[in-house]
Amino acid sequence: MKKGKYSWDFTNGVYINSHSVIVGPKESEGPLASYYDMSFDDLHFEEKTWEQAERKMLKKTIEETIAKSGYRQDSIDILISGDLMNQNTAANYVARDYDIPFLGVFGACSTSMEALAIAASLVDGHQVNRAVTGTCSHYATAEKQFRYPTEYGGQKPDTSTSTVTGAASILIQKSKDAIQVEGATIGKVIDFGMNDPFDMGSAMAPAAAETITSHFKDFNRTADDYDLILTGDLSSVGTPILDKLMVQSGYDLGDKYKDCGSMIYYASQNVFAGGSGCAASAVVTYSYILKEMKEKRLNNVLIVATGALLSPTVIQQKETIPCIAHAISLKRVEQ
Amino acid sequence: MITKDNYKKSIKPYQPKPPLILNCVKAFVIGGLICVIGQGLMIFYMEVFGFTQKQAGNPTVTTLILIAAILTGFGVYDKLGQFAGAGSAVPVTGFANSITSAAMEHRSEGIVLGVASNMFKLAGSVIVFGTVAAYVVGVVRYIVQQFL
Repeated sequence: MKKGKYSWDFTNGVYINSHSVIVGPKESEGPLASYYDMSFDDLHFEEKTWEQAERKMLKKTIEETIAKSGYRQDSIDILISGDLMNQNTAANYVARDYDIPFLGVFGACSTSMEALAIAASLVDGHQVNRAVTGTCSHYATAEKQFRYPTEYGGQKPDTSTSTVTGAASILIQKSKDAIQVEGATIGKVIDFGMNDPFDMGSAMAPAAAETITSHFKDFNRTADDYDLILTGDLSSVGTPILDKLMVQSGYDLGDKYKDCGSMIYYASQNVFAGGSGCAASAVVTYSYILKEMKEKRLNNVLIVATGALLSPTVIQQKETIPCIAHAISLKRVEQ
Repeated sequence: MITKDNYKKSIKPYQPKPPLILNCVKAFVIGGLICVIGQGLMIFYMEVFGFTQKQAGNPTVTTLILIAAILTGFGVYDKLGQFAGAGSAVPVTGFANSITSAAMEHRSEGIVLGVASNMFKLAGSVIVFGTVAAYVVGVVRYIVQQFL
């Protein structure tokens, strides 16, 4: 059901059945290491190329999620997935292995919640009974496509972020379970004129602020209605800017606000301003956050996945970085 | 009040400033060290092989390129680059790193369309502007010489 201008209220009930997360070497040494299902200690994941490694992660996590649910693969009605690569490479190539209807989505690092919002609305609207969404990002494939060769000795500024190597997926369904996907707020594209691809936190903060404000307005809520509000990858640069923008719009987030990209690594791991990439919001949400909710330490969580929709080509043509953020609210329900 | 119009300016306090002086010192020290190694190599070639200073130039540069390429392959040079900035980018070793790293990166697309066509992705601009600058300076020098 439409709610306000930007939001969808899933009134018929959409629930999370299973989820799984796989990460790379650096992430598996981070503070959330014990929450991940699987990890690899080599960026190649025993594959020949990084592109294959990225695909392998996505495939593994989708298969693990379906296996955990106990459903057979042919009872999944739709697979929605996306990643950072041109032509959604990882998602498309993984999907060719399944006999499941597939939608590929791209929202840069907001892909996780974009996919989940679409899937949840399909389940809520009775189009499908069970949907799987998944996303992934890989440090080396992202560097290769968006920046410089991984071994190139250029100096990165402290505002830059490090792409999270990981994949995460989730299975949602109609039948009742412990955690409900309660609503979604779809962002609009915001461009505040930032043009530095090594400072995406600053570029994305206004998009996150816009979506969170819309969410609060549409659902008539404030930060008090949530135990935690989580952005995807605003980094240590974008985080205080978002705080400030929210205070300015009259919705102080206070100490309820955290950033996924800043939770994945220790400060000593040399990731500059924090982690970024499609996987940032997904690996934290589909492991740590859902576990905390199941164990009743969190009841209401708002996940705001932020995406910098930049094209390396167009940036060279002196364009700025359009950004977007999508929010999903999760609620623990008594069983 | 942060608005769209003053955004770039008003978020300045939130963006960490690059430590310019420290970066300059690091670049000076590491860049200098690379040059010292180069000088050492040159003396080595002159003393051991009896080259003149002019003759020792080429083997010196070649050796530095080889060392940089090997360090790139072992995943060391990018870390050095993050630390030293221009100090490791400006010497010939930085040039070698830009070629080797691009070649390694695109090995997965094959020898011809991967390695060969992508090798000069970063170094190409240096070659183009180096050649153009040399040509312009050469022409200027020729003209000036006509009048002297």
